[in-house]
Amino acid sequence: MARIIVITSGKGGVGKTTTAAALSMGLAQRGKRTVVIDFDVGLRNLDLIMGCERRVVYDFINVINGEANLNQALIRDKRCDSLYVLPASQTRDKDALTREGVERVLTDLGDNYDFIVCDSPAGIEHGAYMAMYFADDAIVVTNPEVSSVRDSDRMLGILSSRSKRAEENLDPIREYLLLTRYDPMRVANGEMLSVDDVQEILSLKLLGVVPESRAVLNASNAGIPVILDRESDAGQAYGDMVSRYLGDDVPHRFLHPEKKGLLSRIFKG
Amino acid sequence: MGLLDYFVSSRPKTAGNASVAKERLQILVAHDRVARDKPSYLPQLQQEILAVIRKYVEVDMDAVSVTYEQEESHEVLELNIILPESASASSA
Repeated sequence: MARIIVITSGKGGVGKTTTAAALSMGLAQRGKRTVVIDFDVGLRNLDLIMGCERRVVYDFINVINGEANLNQALIRDKRCDSLYVLPASQTRDKDALTREGVERVLTDLGDNYDFIVCDSPAGIEHGAYMAMYFADDAIVVTNPEVSSVRDSDRMLGILSSRSKRAEENLDPIREYLLLTRYDPMRVANGEMLSVDDVQEILSLKLLGVVPESRAVLNASNAGIPVILDRESDAGQAYGDMVSRYLGDDVPHRFLHPEKKGLLSRIFKG
Repeated sequence: MGLLDYFVSSRPKTAGNASVAKERLQILVAHDRVARDKPSYLPQLQQEILAVIRKYVEVDMDAVSVTYEQEESHEVLELNIILPESASASSA
C-alpha cells in the first residue's frame, strides 16, 4: 500500500507546488514508484512546473467521473521512469472532487505505487480538505513570515481534527515542517524569523530549509523540478529534504549567510 | 570605501524587527489554539447563561466568562460571573 503525503500550507504562494514537484522527482529518482496528484481543480499548475502541460489529455476529475481510466490520465515523466503525474482539471467545478471519488483513485493507485504525493490548493476549502483527508504524512510548507506561520498553525489544527486518521482515531498524520524562501542574511540581521523561531511556535519536526533562490524561478520557467538543478542551493536543499524524509540523518545547510573573506570585503567597493 | 565598510559592518547592526513578529505570532497562535479546542456550543452556552442571570441580577453583558480546559482525563468548564458591587444589597 502506498504512503500518501500531502503538501499543504494554508497560505498561497509559499512553494507547495515547487515542493510537490521536487519531492516526487526526488523519491522517483531514488527508485520509488511515485505519483504526484494536483488537487487544485480550476487552477492547475503542477503540470506546468513538471513541464508536461502539453501532454495532458485526461485529468483527475475525468478519472473520478469514469470518463477515463487511470492509465489514460497518468502522464509518465520523460526524465524519470518511476514518476507519474495526475493533472487537475482546468474547467470543472470543484464539487466534482468527491470524497468517494478521491478515495477510489487513491486506493487504485495504492497497489502500484510506493508514494502518492498530493499537491494541495491554497486555502482551507474543499480542495485542501480532499488533498489532506486521506494523508499518512503532511509536509507543511511555511515561509518565515507571520501570515504564513499562522496559516500553517491553523492547517495543523485541521490535520489533527478533520483528517481520516483523526476521525477514525488511527495513528495521527506525521507532520513535518519545510521552511522555504529562507534568507539567512536577513535572519542574521534580525529582519526575518529564524528557523528556531518558527519551530518554537509550530513545534514540528524540521524536514528542511530551502533558501530563497533564483534557481526556483529559473526551474519553473523551464518546467524542470528545481531538485534536478543540482548546482543550485535550492536544488540541494530539496535533495537533502528527500533524504531526510526517507530516514537519512542529513545535517541542515543554508541556515547561515555565506562568510565573505576579508579580501572580498575590502575590495568589494 | 571597501575598507571602511569592513570596519563599519563589524559593529553591531541595527536590530531588525523579527522579534516583534515572533512575539505577535506567539500571542496570536496561542489565542487561535484556545479557540480551536473549544466545543462549538460554547458561545451560545455563554449567551444563555448570561440571559438567565440577567433575569435575576443586573449584570453587564461581559460579566460572564466561560473558560474551557482540556486535561488528560477530564474537561473543566469554568464559569466566572462578576456581580455588580451593589447586587447583594439590592437583591437581598
